[in-house]
Amino acid sequence: MKLSIIIDNFDQASLAIRMTRQDSQQIQRKAAMAVLVHAEAGEIAARLRNIALPAHETLREPENGLVMLRGRVGGDGAPFNLGEATVSRAAVRLAGGEVGFGYTLGRDGEKARLIALCDALVQSKEFGVAVEREVVAPLRASLAAQRKQRAVETAATKVDFYTMVRGEG
Amino acid sequence: MYVAVKGGERAIENAHRLLAHARRGDRNVPEVTLGQISEQLGLAVDRVMSEGSLYDRELAALAIKQARGDMIEAIFLVRAFRATLPRFGASEPVDTGAMRVERRVSSTFKDIPGGQILGPTFDYTHRLLDPQLAEGFVPEEPATAEVATTATPRVTDILGRDGLIEPSPQAAPDAPVGDLTREPLNFPADRDLRLQNLARGDEGFLLAMGYSTQRGYGRNHPFAGEIRFGEVDVEFFAEDVGFAVPLGSIELTECQMVNQFKGSATEAPCFTRGYGLAFGQSERKTMSMALVDRALRARELGEEVRAPAQDEEFVMSHSDNVQATGFVEHLKLPHYVDFQSELGLLRKLRQEFVEANDVEPLQEAAE
Repeated sequence: MKLSIIIDNFDQASLAIRMTRQDSQQIQRKAAMAVLVHAEAGEIAARLRNIALPAHETLREPENGLVMLRGRVGGDGAPFNLGEATVSRAAVRLAGGEVGFGYTLGRDGEKARLIALCDALVQSKEFGVAVEREVVAPLRASLAAQRKQRAVETAATKVDFYTMVRGEG
Repeated sequence: MYVAVKGGERAIENAHRLLAHARRGDRNVPEVTLGQISEQLGLAVDRVMSEGSLYDRELAALAIKQARGDMIEAIFLVRAFRATLPRFGASEPVDTGAMRVERRVSSTFKDIPGGQILGPTFDYTHRLLDPQLAEGFVPEEPATAEVATTATPRVTDILGRDGLIEPSPQAAPDAPVGDLTREPLNFPADRDLRLQNLARGDEGFLLAMGYSTQRGYGRNHPFAGEIRFGEVDVEFFAEDVGFAVPLGSIELTECQMVNQFKGSATEAPCFTRGYGLAFGQSERKTMSMALVDRALRARELGEEVRAPAQDEEFVMSHSDNVQATGFVEHLKLPHYVDFQSELGLLRKLRQEFVEANDVEPLQEAAE
C-alpha cells in the first residue's frame, strides 16, 4: 500500500486520476467521511465501543499539516487561493487488509485516526453494516438535527415584504 | 543598519515576565478561556483567521489571548505558526452557491429567489450601549420558522442568465493557481494573486481604500448585488485515497459587487463585478475587498488608472498588516550606529554653517 507523501502538490493530481469511476463503495466511504469529519473524536470513539473491533494497526501515525483552501473568482470562475486551514490525517489497516484513511480539518490527530479506522471498517464485508448502523447513522442523525436547528433559526430572520398603502390618491 | 548589541538579556527576560503578568491582569478576575474567546468574541476570531490566513478557530483564539487582544499581533502569531506546518496540498475550490446560508441580503433585488435572510446582524440595531450585557445577561432563545424549500442561488447567477452581467473569468482545470506565499510578488499581478492578497489584507486598509473609491478616487458605482454568510463544505483530493475526501466545513462570507456598465464597439454594455471572500462572518472586509477588487480591474476594463485604489502595486504592497507593522515597528530596534553617523554629519554641517556665516558657535542642547 503506497501512502501519499505529497507535501506541496502544486500540480493537483491530474484530471485523469480524478475521473476514476465512482463506484458505490467510494460513494459510501465519502458519505461516511462527510459525517465523521463533523463529529468530535470522543463521540466517534464512544460509538465505536458498540462494535467488537477487529485487530488493526496504525499505518500512518496522525500528522498535522495545512491545506490551502481555494475559492473561485465571482463564486463560479477561476480558482484562487483564499488561505490555509489546519488538517490532520492518519491511515489504519485492518487485519483483513482493508486500509482506511482519515482526513479532517483541525489538529485532532486522534480524530483523524478514528475516521481512518471507520473508513477501513466501511470497506470491510464483515463490519461495513455494523459501522454504518452503530457509528455513522447516529452521528448523521445528530448532524442533521443540528443543521435543522440552525436552519429554522435562520428562517425566522427572512424578510416578508409588504407594501404600505399610502393615503388616498 | 543594525549592530549586534550585547547586554540587556536580563532586562528582556524580566520584561517578558512582566508582560505575562500584565497579560493576566488582576489575578482576582477569572482567567479568560479559549472557548470564551471563540464563542463570545467570534468576530475577532474570524478576523484573525482571515488576515492570519489560517482557518483554525482554536489557534486564533489562543493568539488573541496571547496578544492581549492586539489583533495585528495575534495575526502575526498565527502567520508564524503556519510556517511550522507542512502543506498537504490545495483543496477543491469551495462552492459558495451550495452554502448553508445563515445570512443573505441583496440591495439590488427585493424579491430574490430564496429571499432576504438577515441572520445574526448588527444592521438595524440602534448602536446604543446595552447595560444589560454588563453582567449575567441570558438572551432569549432564537425564534424559529419553517424552512423554505426554495434554493438560494447567487444573485449574479440570476443576472448572468440574461447576459446582463459579465461572466466570471474561467481557467483551464489544470491551470496553475498563483500563490503569493510561495512566489515573490511581481507586477502586473493576475486576478487570482490580487484576490489572495486582498483576502489576507488588513481590514482597515481595505476599508479605507474601498471608501476612497466611493468618495471619487476611482469611482466605480457599486451596488451590493449580494452578501452571503454561512457554511460551505471543503473537499481535498488525497492521492493516497484516490478521491476527493470531505475535510469538514468552514464559515465564509462572500460579497458580489455589481458595478457600472461598460461597453465598447464590440461588446454590448453590461454590469461588471467585484468579488470579496473571507473566513468567518466578515462583512465589512468582504465588501471592502469587492470594491477594491473592482477598482484594481481598471486596466483590464480600459479605465483610466488615476486613484490609489486602482494601483495594484500600491494596494498589494501595502495591504498586508504583518509586513507593514514589521517595517514600521522595526524603527524601535537599535539604530545607534546609523544615528551616530547622522549625528556626526549634522555636527559637521553646523560647524560649516557657523564658519560660513561668521556667527557665534551654536549651542547643543545635550551639552
